[in-house]
Amino acid sequence: MNSLSSGLLYLVLALPFIGALVAPLSLIALGRFGSLVLACFPVGALAILFQQSAQVQSRVPILFGFDWIPSFGVRFAFRLDGLSFGFAFLILSIGALVVLYSGGYMPKGSKRGRFFAYILMFMGAMLGLVLSDDLITFFVFWELTSITSFLLIGFNFEKEAARRGAMQALVITGGGGLALLAGLLLIREATGLTSLTALLEQPEAVKALSIYGPALVLILIGAFTKSAQMPFHVWLPNAMEAPTPVSSYLHSATMVKAGIYLLMRLFPVMGGTLAWELILPLFGGVTLVIAAILAMRQSDIKLMLAYTTVASLGLLVMLIGIGTELAIEAAVLYLFAHSLAKACLFMVAGSIDHSAGTRDIRALGGLARKMPLTFAAAVLGAAAMGGLPPLFGFLAKEEVYAATATLDLKGVLTTIAAVSGNALMFAVALVVAIKPFAGTMPSGLRKAHESTPLIWIGPIVLGVVGLLAAIFSQTTHQFISNPMSPPGLDGAVAVDIALGFHFGPALILSIVTVAAGVVLFLRASQMRSLIADALGRIGWGPDKGFDQLMRALVVGAFHLTVKLQPGRLDIYMKVTIAVIVATLWITMIWAGSLPTRPAMPDLYFYEWGVIGLVVLGAVVVVLANNRLTAIVSLGIQGLAVALLFMLLGAPDLSFTQFMVEILSVAILALVMTRLRLMPADRRPWRNIVPEAALAIAGGLGFALFLLHITQRPFDTVIGDFYTRYSYVIAHGRNIVNVILVDFRGVDTMGEIAVVLTTGAAILALVRIRAVKTSDTRFSRKRRRRAGELQP
Amino acid sequence: MRTLIFRVTAPYLTALMLLFSLFVLLRGHNEPGGGFIGGLIASSAIAVYGMACGVDAVRRALHFHPIAYAAFGLIAAVLAGFLPLFGRAQFMTGLWVFVDIAGSELALSTTLLFDVGVFLVIVGAISAIALSLEERYSD
Repeated sequence: MNSLSSGLLYLVLALPFIGALVAPLSLIALGRFGSLVLACFPVGALAILFQQSAQVQSRVPILFGFDWIPSFGVRFAFRLDGLSFGFAFLILSIGALVVLYSGGYMPKGSKRGRFFAYILMFMGAMLGLVLSDDLITFFVFWELTSITSFLLIGFNFEKEAARRGAMQALVITGGGGLALLAGLLLIREATGLTSLTALLEQPEAVKALSIYGPALVLILIGAFTKSAQMPFHVWLPNAMEAPTPVSSYLHSATMVKAGIYLLMRLFPVMGGTLAWELILPLFGGVTLVIAAILAMRQSDIKLMLAYTTVASLGLLVMLIGIGTELAIEAAVLYLFAHSLAKACLFMVAGSIDHSAGTRDIRALGGLARKMPLTFAAAVLGAAAMGGLPPLFGFLAKEEVYAATATLDLKGVLTTIAAVSGNALMFAVALVVAIKPFAGTMPSGLRKAHESTPLIWIGPIVLGVVGLLAAIFSQTTHQFISNPMSPPGLDGAVAVDIALGFHFGPALILSIVTVAAGVVLFLRASQMRSLIADALGRIGWGPDKGFDQLMRALVVGAFHLTVKLQPGRLDIYMKVTIAVIVATLWITMIWAGSLPTRPAMPDLYFYEWGVIGLVVLGAVVVVLANNRLTAIVSLGIQGLAVALLFMLLGAPDLSFTQFMVEILSVAILALVMTRLRLMPADRRPWRNIVPEAALAIAGGLGFALFLLHITQRPFDTVIGDFYTRYSYVIAHGRNIVNVILVDFRGVDTMGEIAVVLTTGAAILALVRIRAVKTSDTRFSRKRRRRAGELQP
Repeated sequence: MRTLIFRVTAPYLTALMLLFSLFVLLRGHNEPGGGFIGGLIASSAIAVYGMACGVDAVRRALHFHPIAYAAFGLIAAVLAGFLPLFGRAQFMTGLWVFVDIAGSELALSTTLLFDVGVFLVIVGAISAIALSLEERYSD
């Protein structure tokens, strides 16, 4: 590949972000038609991608990227192959339509520019996610989608529900992201492979690992949280607090598909094992059925669609879990069909809300004459979702049934799940597409009208594409379905399903689905109250569970903090010293490194005198019945130690020690007089004894530790280095100072930063008390004194 | 603590101590001394002056808040670390210039600037603490 096309591919990644940058300006300059300009960014990116489609169809991946952190083998690397091409196509094409739609949908105001910036940033993140080759790059984009999604869900942050929904989505998908990171790192560590391409070239390497199980579980947590599988699905319905264009883009067609993408991507590497074929169909099937039932219970159009999205994601996970050639084909087709249909229906829901002012299905009716184009789009979307011919959804559903309908137990169970889920979803689709438009119009909706072309063009295009994709199915398969299907276990998968009736079990199941869907649609309101009753009787759900979990977290953290931070200095000191004592004694006894009994040193009389001074100071500190005496004798003890340093030939150390002792006596005396401590120690014996024991254990531990160090053979390599090079390299003869300011200057820099911070913190603490204790009398007195001192 | 003798001698003592602290700071690279010790001596000097003549007098004499000296010192130290980058050397490399003034050699270096930074941080932080405590003592 030449450098020009590689540069163009980087441009694909950059275009959405550039769009995000110019979004606020273009809206200010052009108003709502700024969205026309902004839609050019994804369209441009799409055009560049299509130049590469010939190579993508030949199933030769295009790799590009550069080193990011070479010392860890992390690259900023990308891979364009069939799978990422298909996803990128959906992201960019639906993205362009959503940008146009938002131009008509979002109200004027200062927040509009921000909205477009967010949505284009999300587009860039999602595009990076599906194009990433390096595992770390992939994770970075994965988290970026979580963050941009957080911003978009909480877009109307004045509403409490929006803030809660945003926080919930961030906690769940972000938490899952951490699990995913752990899983990816496990694979990286165990195999030493850092890119998807390398992993895909050795598909058996990961499955044979001993850490396959933990890695699989961690990665599945990541995928399931992102793709809203039970019981992590709660964030998706709550994300409906976002403006409708967001729901239609992120929470139906793209971001929630990130988990599906990950599963499809890793299917050749991690799939086909017993665990994979058990866990995925189980979670997927349960999610499919329960979410479809919950969708029937809703009366808000957006919430109905949200739950059917959860159900569709469940179906996809189930299919990937089944993992046969047919199932993978079905997953690809269904993914494509679902993205088109669901984005279309969400936009329809937004249009209804926009013009009628409500999304409640019970308050809507008779809009067909007022909004014919929206109605047409709704019918197309619903038919695709229900899998009616001649729409692309029909092909997808035929393939799904062909994949599930096998004669073993698993086949029967997955078929039941698929048929019941699909029937329920079809019923919901019918409710969304027909109920608001048919029947008589309630009087409150007189003002309803077809909106601007910006609003209806998106759903219409998506609906028509769903139709054309099925009619020209061979072209669709050539560009999208075939390259997108990951190579199955036995090599390449060829998708060739076309319109027309395929007699066999799939057709029968299709007819059953449609019939059941129609019956459920006719009984929709009874079903709704029935399910609501049942749910009311259960009374608990994962959504409530999430709140309980968060509350438990806050309460638990509070109690833990109260335990760990009682706010009493003596407790902090006791804990700190106890830890030091434990560390010293346990390691010394365990490692058998207690010092041997030292020989009596041969000292001069004045050295004995200084040692006597040290001991005397220490004894007086303990026995002193007055704090001031104790402080002063502590100073005497310290000065004697400084003298020892001097005698042993360490003038710098001794010098510093002198100054530190003097200053600490002065400051301690000041502190003591300020804190209004009792002048003497009046603790009872039962407090003194254990604290004394702790102190003695600490002192003795340090003494033995130091003794042991001096008894070990002394390694002089570092000392020799400093001695030899202190003057040669650093032009200084005082080695201590040269070490401080030159050889280990970075340490010193950190230390003085700590000194400064501590000083500022103490200053603040002292001031807090000053404000509390001072009263007017004191400040008047201080003012008078200041006056006296004026020269 | 404010005996007449202490109050009269304290300014001279302080001046001498400050001078000595500078001496210790500057000779530190070759003889015992350096920014840390010098800073401790200077803060003792300031504490002594505060005890003798009151905190207000010290604050007037310092002009800036002591913590500002500390902040300035940290900036100087970090700057000393970054200067070598402009000379195409690595971060924290000591750069030296030997200037000949009237026959005697004067050694200027980024490490000296660094040491001055250490000196100022110690003086600033410790005298900020000491002064704020003394201030409340004199209330």
